[in-house]
Amino acid sequence: MSESVESPGRGDARAHAAAEVREQEQARVEAQAAAAAAAGRRGRLAGVGEIRNIGLVVVLVVLAIIGTATSENFATADNLRNILVSSSVIGVVTVGMTFVIIGGGIDLSVGAIVALASVWATTVATQSYGPAVMIVCALLVGAGTGLVNGLLIAYGRLVPFIVTLAMLVSARGLAARMADNRTQLVTEQRIKDIATADPLGIPLLVIVLAVVAVVGWVLLNRTTFGRRTIAIGGNTEAARLAGIDVKRTTTLLYLLSGICCGIAAVMIIARTTTGSSTHGNLYELDAIAAVIIGGTLLSGGRGTIVGSILGVLVFTTITNIFILNNLATEVQNIAKGLIIVAAVLLQRRTTRDAAT
Amino acid sequence: MAADVTQEPLLEMRGIVKQFPGVRALDGVDLDVRAGEVHCLLGQNGAGKSTLIKVLSGAHQPDEGTVRWRGEPVGVSSPHDALRLGIATIYQELDLVPGLSVADNVHLGRELASGGFVRRGDQVEATRAILERLGHPEIPPQREVGRLSAAGQQIVSLARALARDARLIVMDEPSAVLAHDEVDNLFRVIRDLTASGVAVVYISHRLEEIRTIGDVVTVLKDGRTVGTGLPAKETPTQRVVALMTGRNVEYVFPERPGVPEDAEELLRVEGLSLDGAFRDVSLTVRAGEIVGLAGLVGAGRSEVLETIYGARKRTAGEVRFRGRALPAGRVGPAVAAGLGLAPEERKSQALLLGEPVARNVSLASLTRFARGGWLDRGRERATAQRITSDLEVRPADVDRPARTLSGGNQQKVVLGRWLLGTTRLLLLDEPTRGVDVGARAEIYAVIRRLADDGIGVLLVSSEVPEVLGLADRVLVMREGRVVHEGPATELDEHRVLDLVMADQKDGQEGAPAA
Repeated sequence: MSESVESPGRGDARAHAAAEVREQEQARVEAQAAAAAAAGRRGRLAGVGEIRNIGLVVVLVVLAIIGTATSENFATADNLRNILVSSSVIGVVTVGMTFVIIGGGIDLSVGAIVALASVWATTVATQSYGPAVMIVCALLVGAGTGLVNGLLIAYGRLVPFIVTLAMLVSARGLAARMADNRTQLVTEQRIKDIATADPLGIPLLVIVLAVVAVVGWVLLNRTTFGRRTIAIGGNTEAARLAGIDVKRTTTLLYLLSGICCGIAAVMIIARTTTGSSTHGNLYELDAIAAVIIGGTLLSGGRGTIVGSILGVLVFTTITNIFILNNLATEVQNIAKGLIIVAAVLLQRRTTRDAAT
Repeated sequence: MAADVTQEPLLEMRGIVKQFPGVRALDGVDLDVRAGEVHCLLGQNGAGKSTLIKVLSGAHQPDEGTVRWRGEPVGVSSPHDALRLGIATIYQELDLVPGLSVADNVHLGRELASGGFVRRGDQVEATRAILERLGHPEIPPQREVGRLSAAGQQIVSLARALARDARLIVMDEPSAVLAHDEVDNLFRVIRDLTASGVAVVYISHRLEEIRTIGDVVTVLKDGRTVGTGLPAKETPTQRVVALMTGRNVEYVFPERPGVPEDAEELLRVEGLSLDGAFRDVSLTVRAGEIVGLAGLVGAGRSEVLETIYGARKRTAGEVRFRGRALPAGRVGPAVAAGLGLAPEERKSQALLLGEPVARNVSLASLTRFARGGWLDRGRERATAQRITSDLEVRPADVDRPARTLSGGNQQKVVLGRWLLGTTRLLLLDEPTRGVDVGARAEIYAVIRRLADDGIGVLLVSSEVPEVLGLADRVLVMREGRVVHEGPATELDEHRVLDLVMADQKDGQEGAPAA
């Protein structure tokens, strides 16, 4: 254990010797580690998150069967593309929300931030600078509002629910005031093109969602930031006492969520060719619902990006089936509510099993 | 006031056994309590007092043994059962609803109501009558409980017990939250209660209190009754302490090689204070030295550790680590400088229970396994594997969730967190709490080995033999102050207990070291 006292790279001979010893030591255990890793992977496959993800895939398959059975238009390439495109905007918001919830927080302001960013990016003044500035503007508005949320929560020691609720109200208010309660039309063709472009036959919006989801997955599973997020959500006190800067990480979480909202705003501007203070209405609830049925604990500390994306797909597919069958949105909302309750009941059961 | 010894006991507990995973908390406890007596429970931390009162109050079910209440065998399977029998427990953390009025709290769970409507007037009247009986008519029944002092809240707890016609009231260290004159007041209330035939089981560490208020004493040690029916006022202190300390469990401590004269001074704390917890604490820890902080729960020892570590913000004083001043109230710089803390509550303060062992080990040094924020998970895992096999964590599987490990192995994981390279000073808070006897010896050996490798250790433990057996130097704390400092070999358990219980007696020095 003497080698553990020295840190490598200090430049003196002892440190080098110590580092060498450590490397040999490491090699020795590497073999054991590899064997254990194989066992561990098997163990992880049976982990709670994976089981429920499989469950969500099953739900999607069942929905697909129902869709195919009830409508001849369901199982078509056009309709599949339709479902994915409808999932793209809310999907991006949900990725940010997943981080916030795993970190033990909540962000009620996502819909309002999307609205504010969409308005700010489509004012006559902003549009006059061209598409690049419009996009940057949306991202900056998202990042700025997210940062305000994060700073108030982390350093102002306010409850996330309250802070983001206040942001929800005020951001939408600001958006309405900026737009003068009117819908702002996009004149810039290149922005409109974002919604219709499909490189390699895949709609650009879906590609954006895929990129955001992959980046999110990597951030969560492969970086120190992701690990800290899980630690803070799982046991804030333990994270703090381990020397993790809880405030900084918390701030970054809301900043990240805000940036996702900025991206979503650009996508919604392109899809609707408008900026409006009514964009993103109730996105906060849709995103939270998707995160929850995706298996993320509302109390934080555990969750997956894949689950959240599957959660979004489940909701959009349900909507899609209802529309294809000309069923009323009321019925659709009832079905969504039932699914949320069922998912949370299932989640509680699996976590209890895992605890024993 | 003293109870009639010939009379039938109100409560008779026989051979109570309570087993927790890895720990036999109660191992055949007997307890007789008679109506109208103040029965004091004494014992060191971990002797089983808390578990016993939890069994009595229905919070725990005993694995073996019988409970007789007024001569009848009874099963107390829930706190509700206990209350129905007439057994009320007043815990250290008062279980009152701060946002409700005094009257509402007194009647909580047994409201005076008609058709679902609370008869507020009746409740207020009933509460006023009880408060008068307790000698506290000045507490307004309509006042919000959260706005009362700690002493006032305790009276409300007592009033609640009386509102349910409790025949036996268990008080767990009631004086801990009270100022001196408030304690006198509490004693007056207790005397009134016992005069009317209520029995009180009174738990306290303060011997002088027990002499003032107690009738009989029962002493617990390692989950057994070692003395019972002792007269509280006449039994000599020495006898009580002897009963509390005589041990069956042999602790195995590693050899103390002694700290070299020229060992570097790692930590220097001067005049450290934290309002409401401790005052003017000064200490030093040298490389390779184990310094023990002895004292009772509530003496401020954990707070000292956490304040040095920056987890609490000191109100005065200075902390220097290897000559450099550490900022107040910030953990990050302390960890970066080379401090590590294994906190008292492993589960709530140290571990991510659902996460694998490897991630728990790496938690405090993620940046060491990362390049530009990108984690090298292979190296992380291999290092965790090396550390845990070094510490003989069982089972040897770093992918297991931390939750599935025993207390001793969880503790090793927390220790392992600080052995990844840069930690020079370990702050250990109750490192063997909830750890079974076998694993204790292993943890002692690990701590010793770390010290031998040049790491400084500041150790807090409520188990006096542990501090004496492990530490090179010992500081004894009582009520937020250091009352003694010296080499561990010059102290023994009796002397330490005398110091911490503030029952100053001379003529006990010179006894052989424990």
